[in-house]
Amino acid sequence: MGKRSVIPFGPQHPVLPEPIHIDLVIEDEKVVEAIPSVGFIHRGLESLVDKRDYNQMTYVVERTCGICSFQHGMGYCEAMEHVFGVDVPARAKYLRTIWAELGRMHSHLLWLGLLADGFGYENLFYQCWRVREKVLDMQEMTSGGRLIFSVNKVGGVIKDIEKEKLDIILKTMDEVEEELTVIKDTFLLDYSVQSRLQGVGIVTKEQAHDLGCAGPFARASGIRTDMRKLGYAAYPDLDFEPIISATGDSYARCYCRIMEIFQSIDLIRQAIGKIPNETDLFTPVKGNPDGEYFMRVEQPRGEAVYYVKASGKQYLDRFRVRTPTFANLPGLCEMLKNTQLSDVGLLVLTIDPCISCTER
Amino acid sequence: MANVKRSPWLLHYDGSSCNGCDIEVLASLTPVYDAERFGVINTGDPMQADIFLITGGVNTQNAKTVKQLYDQMPRPKVVVAVGVCACTGGVFKDCYNILGGADTVIPVDIYVPGCAARPQAIIDGIVQAVELFEKRSKEHDEKVRSQKKGSEVA
Ligand code: SF4
Repeated sequence: MGKRSVIPFGPQHPVLPEPIHIDLVIEDEKVVEAIPSVGFIHRGLESLVDKRDYNQMTYVVERTCGICSFQHGMGYCEAMEHVFGVDVPARAKYLRTIWAELGRMHSHLLWLGLLADGFGYENLFYQCWRVREKVLDMQEMTSGGRLIFSVNKVGGVIKDIEKEKLDIILKTMDEVEEELTVIKDTFLLDYSVQSRLQGVGIVTKEQAHDLGCAGPFARASGIRTDMRKLGYAAYPDLDFEPIISATGDSYARCYCRIMEIFQSIDLIRQAIGKIPNETDLFTPVKGNPDGEYFMRVEQPRGEAVYYVKASGKQYLDRFRVRTPTFANLPGLCEMLKNTQLSDVGLLVLTIDPCISCTER
Repeated sequence: MANVKRSPWLLHYDGSSCNGCDIEVLASLTPVYDAERFGVINTGDPMQADIFLITGGVNTQNAKTVKQLYDQMPRPKVVVAVGVCACTGGVFKDCYNILGGADTVIPVDIYVPGCAARPQAIIDGIVQAVELFEKRSKEHDEKVRSQKKGSEVA
């Protein structure tokens, strides 16, 4: 047995733009234990419910996380719509689906880039981000914002995507698909990348299940979980299957996310093909909310849960969000055990951590 | 921007931002926007950094970290606050855990507005920071020179 020592990882670390602090207990070069400490980014936005009314909260909730901002807004609005008992117009549902999938694409591309940077392929990192800019351009064209676009509203959406713009999206999707097919091969077939990812950081199906992992992290370990199958927005009308992989190592997680980008492209195509022609974009809600609801949404990183509770006042009693990274942290700490110190940076990346969601 | 002689290094720290501004900072460093053409380069080490980009407000937990990072940077240094959160606290200003913008703990020189701040605005902030850094370096050099002279005379 070697001598034990503790190496701090973060809060400011080159691999991750976000602050998380992990104390790594190591023995020689091997990690025996990983102890996370959080709170560097805690804002307490859930407490804003007593200062902002339920409509204003939409914009606060969107700022839980800048990467999956649209989906946060959507989850909150869907929950509020259930509380009010209103039906959202079909076109708004499809628009939400399109924006949500664009968000998933840009999030996964961002992650792929960071992963490439993590194993030292700087050019690949730039390639991924170059493709990502195309997706961001689509978001900007349709909503006006690159990342945070505030198009959700309790009852529907506030902006329409016109026919011409839908055509541009379709054209861009073709381009992205073509470029991604080239990039994909480097991630999945390159010898050095394989040796860096395969067999590293294995989480078995049982472990993933017991630790309550979510999203691509769980799917890479072979768990069929995808909240989109629960049928919110326009997902019930679209045809897709959750992408799973059995091995549960870093490579599997990379594979799942890449394939999900292709899936998103396909979903956007389907949604644009089926989008109904309506002029109504939202159902007006009247009065104050009363009741509670529990909404589950599949975000790029996994299942997010929104809980709202209202008692007939303009201000909500309680708002709570449980984000996917929060569910994945126990899995991460388990995974870090018995790995090499030099792999830690990359392994932390493979769960696609979003700390600002986690700590809100 | 004319006659800038130095290539300052950038340090980016995420205070308590929502990530929106962070990834825009990263995006402005990638080739599409390419802030690196102004001679800056991103580094992870505060001891080698000249310009400190901070996104997000300051909360009770990270105030110490922000202060520490700032102190570790060699003089002269320039601080850029990116996004309304870092400027004033932004949407989270009323949250119980937020102390305020970055200037509650460290002196901020340049404020970049926006939520999320656009890469163009961030690049504008970086360019101003580079100029300011050049100016401060000159003053710093002069000070060192005059001190040296002073000690020689003595
Ligand atoms: S300014 Fe807006 S985008 Fe930037 S960190 Fe704050 S809330 Fe997020």
